[in-house]
Amino acid sequence: MTTKRPEAVAAIAGQMRSAVSRRRLLQVAGIGSAAMVAAACGTGSSDSAGGEASASAAEDMSDTEKVVNWSNWPLYLDVNEDTGEYPTLAAFEEATGIDVTYTEDVNDNNEFFAKVRTQLEQGQDIGRDLVVLTDWMAALWIQSGFAQKFDKAMIPNSGNIIPRLAEVSFDKPREYTMPWQSGFAGLGYNVPALQSAMGKDALTSLDELFDPALKGRITLLSEMRDTMGCILAWKGFDPSNFTDAQFEEAIAALTEQVDNGQVRQVTGNDYIAAMESGDVIAVIGWSGDVIALGEDFGFSLPESGGTLWTDNMLIPALAQHKKNAEMVINNYYDPAVAAEVAAYVNYICPVEGAQAEMEKIDPDLATDEYIFPSSAMLDRAYVFMELTPEQNESYSRLFEKAIGN
Amino acid sequence: MAAVLPSAGKQSQVSAQRKSRTGYFLLLPGMTWLAIFFAIPFVTLFMTSLQAPVAGKSGQYVPAFQVSNYPDALAEYWPQFLRSFFYAGIATGLALLIAYPLAYFIAFKAGRWRALMLVLVIAPSFASFLLRTYAWKTILSDEGFITSFFNALHLLPDDRILNTSIAVVAGLTYNFLPFMILPLYAALEKIDPRLLEASNDLYASAFTTFRKITWPLSLPGVVAGTLLTFIPAAGDYINSELLGSTQDRMIGNVIQTNFIEFRDYPTASALSFVLMAVILVMVFTYIRRAGTEDLV
Repeated sequence: MTTKRPEAVAAIAGQMRSAVSRRRLLQVAGIGSAAMVAAACGTGSSDSAGGEASASAAEDMSDTEKVVNWSNWPLYLDVNEDTGEYPTLAAFEEATGIDVTYTEDVNDNNEFFAKVRTQLEQGQDIGRDLVVLTDWMAALWIQSGFAQKFDKAMIPNSGNIIPRLAEVSFDKPREYTMPWQSGFAGLGYNVPALQSAMGKDALTSLDELFDPALKGRITLLSEMRDTMGCILAWKGFDPSNFTDAQFEEAIAALTEQVDNGQVRQVTGNDYIAAMESGDVIAVIGWSGDVIALGEDFGFSLPESGGTLWTDNMLIPALAQHKKNAEMVINNYYDPAVAAEVAAYVNYICPVEGAQAEMEKIDPDLATDEYIFPSSAMLDRAYVFMELTPEQNESYSRLFEKAIGN
Repeated sequence: MAAVLPSAGKQSQVSAQRKSRTGYFLLLPGMTWLAIFFAIPFVTLFMTSLQAPVAGKSGQYVPAFQVSNYPDALAEYWPQFLRSFFYAGIATGLALLIAYPLAYFIAFKAGRWRALMLVLVIAPSFASFLLRTYAWKTILSDEGFITSFFNALHLLPDDRILNTSIAVVAGLTYNFLPFMILPLYAALEKIDPRLLEASNDLYASAFTTFRKITWPLSLPGVVAGTLLTFIPAAGDYINSELLGSTQDRMIGNVIQTNFIEFRDYPTASALSFVLMAVILVMVFTYIRRAGTEDLV
């Protein structure tokens, strides 16, 4: 959920990615045709959307090939900035002997899906054993038969999931997905710049965000659910349960702010660079990103409410190292490991017991409301309504039209 | 005699045939390339642009003959079309204004620095297009010296350059400038200096010499340069995405949104096709007008 880098960067990442999958293809061909046959069998069944999990499973090569290919969003895993190593991942590799290829090539849900969609539909392995997708996109993958059911016996730590996330509408008993991180979309701001523009230390409402003093100095998120969730709540509607008319009213409010020049840009992760350079003073942005910017920057959940989203780990159909991927998931549901990740990424940790572990790492972070939110805070955070494909399409069109596309 | 002639004729016929066959063989690589990378995608794109959606399945389409995709797409996105041609037109004009004196200087005045200057013109292209556009974000930043300078003169309507149409046009001009300079240079460099001397000897002023000799002889370069600048600029989306605001979206952005966000492949294909058609028509009219069919 962190980024939308421009297409060209994604394309480069994609090319690197496909080089890997080509190599894998050759490996498979060399080892034997069993997997190929399995993949071919999968073709027919996963064409019919909503196919059974078993139909989308390939023969598991986990025991012979000690590897996992994991695609995640950028800046979403603890990293040692000097060596470029991921400490929690390195520890996992050492303990299990499994070699994890970690790629930060998910920049945008739609963009990532567009990249692998054809392969998924034709029943081909996309060369990834573990991907991280936001709720609504994960739901789409499950409905379309693009995901594999977990073997929960391989994920004994899955019981550590926090109760609030243990059940979701699109994956009731959590058979296909486990949350990676959650986060808020709300108001981010540059404190000194805000001070000189408005004489304030913090933003608390969208009224202030749309104050003429900030004209041309604010950006919104290109992720429709996050921007529209905040605006719906601001207009007094419930982002978890709204009507077409209410959505259109919120779109009208957005259009007004875009047309009068209040909104400078609508971006993915680019807003972070714009905030750092000082061009942008305030944003609707993602909690962890803004907090990670440091002292001069602040984040708040608007008084009227913001959105709460979750990114989920999911094993794509026909992934060939399912068991290894499940071991990775299990590893990150160990509270101590989860705390280590949370200390770096600043997003909401989905693992029960991580808070106690965090005490040992950094007591300040253990009481951080943006990592371990209080229930009062969660009351103001809305999970965006689940949309049918038709709703998704018509709402996306209204949104893109409002932002000039 | 009579017996020799026909056989000689036959021989030359055979060799002529062989020659003409060689010609076709030489065409083969080019034709194959065109077939694989142009004709096939072209036909696929055209067929996609006529597809119809499957009811109840978002993002799925079946082959059809839905011509209405075209007027629908145009009705929805004509402002972005107009804007693309407008921005690309201004950028091309600006590029010509900047490139002509530069190419003229390199061709006639640079002397031994000529090779170095040509390398300098191309050098920026060694860095990625995307990276160079990102660099402009920093250069045109609100706190940067360029913006501060123009702001001190109260010349900017929005008090900023970045994320305005000015930035988009500037980015387009910058990014496609080498495509203008190089053909201009090639045309100017070919001009025989003796013609200029002759003009001078006949008491033509420097301006008349330019108007009557240099400019007409450089026209092929002007035509090639404007085409090479205008066509990619009209379809570009990176400059608008990185340097523009929501008010500056061009047709490339819309095509991208339709492909990736909406998964509306027919509309995106129809838009691409219209873009191609409009550019083709403009190019043909332009070349006819410029009267340089034989030179391009």
